[in-house]
Amino acid sequence: MSEGAAIGVVLAHGAMAEGLVSAAKKIAGAPAEALIALSNDGKSPVELRAELDSLAGNNRAVVFVDLQSGSCGMAALSCCKDSVRRVVICGVNLPMILDFVFHSEEPLPDIVARAVEKGQAAIAPVGS
Amino acid sequence: MSIELFRVDERLIHGQVVIGWGHQVRPDRYVVVDDELASSEWEQDLYRLGAGAAEVLFVGTAGAVSRIAEWCDDEPRTILLTRDVTTMRRLGDSGALRDQSVNLGGIHHGPGRREVLTYLHLTEADMDDLRALEAGGAKVTARDLPDAREAPLSQLVAR
Repeated sequence: MSEGAAIGVVLAHGAMAEGLVSAAKKIAGAPAEALIALSNDGKSPVELRAELDSLAGNNRAVVFVDLQSGSCGMAALSCCKDSVRRVVICGVNLPMILDFVFHSEEPLPDIVARAVEKGQAAIAPVGS
Repeated sequence: MSIELFRVDERLIHGQVVIGWGHQVRPDRYVVVDDELASSEWEQDLYRLGAGAAEVLFVGTAGAVSRIAEWCDDEPRTILLTRDVTTMRRLGDSGALRDQSVNLGGIHHGPGRREVLTYLHLTEADMDDLRALEAGGAKVTARDLPDAREAPLSQLVAR
């Protein structure tokens, strides 16, 4: 039986998450509805973790974080550490979440491998 | 002395500290003074992930009081962090913060807290603790990032 599509929570500083999710929706359309933006702005560590926990709920969830060394990374790691249905990827970028929205039905390990590969491959010098 | 920054920040080791202050201070070591974290290995591991190559020590308040002079004389450039004002005051009560500067970096809103700066929400008990720190010879100011304007305690109390 299918476990259903995973949701993607983009958790980042300031307005970054909202911007990334907005851009993904512009580019990918409906599949990007699988993404939820969450900012750490004005939230204590406890509040941020609780909000993330609530958003992830019982879904399979991939939490895309901007910085590992920050309150977003801390909230994500502490929120996901005891769950096999939640994973965290640090260093989120647009190509990574675009790949995710088209493969959110896959098993979490496959989603993670793909997203990391796509995200890393998208960082490259262009031209001479 | 090699404790370059004494900071109160609810988030402890996070982006503003590691990147904003870290770029200026270039710490070799973070000392996190927190009674709860001192006995929570999994949380310590999470914080260490964010600290890069710097060493991270987690100590309880009593342990910190007994070692703070040692850290001041040590060579490693150190950022000492507490996540609440009370813990910093307890360090101050030991006399260890005389002639030192204490930086208030970030405490979010919560029950009984009022906003004194956008990033700083304090209770009346916090205010009392901060006054006690200054009475003990520490200079207390608020500044979230190194290039931001510093707000002295007198200004915070007046808000």
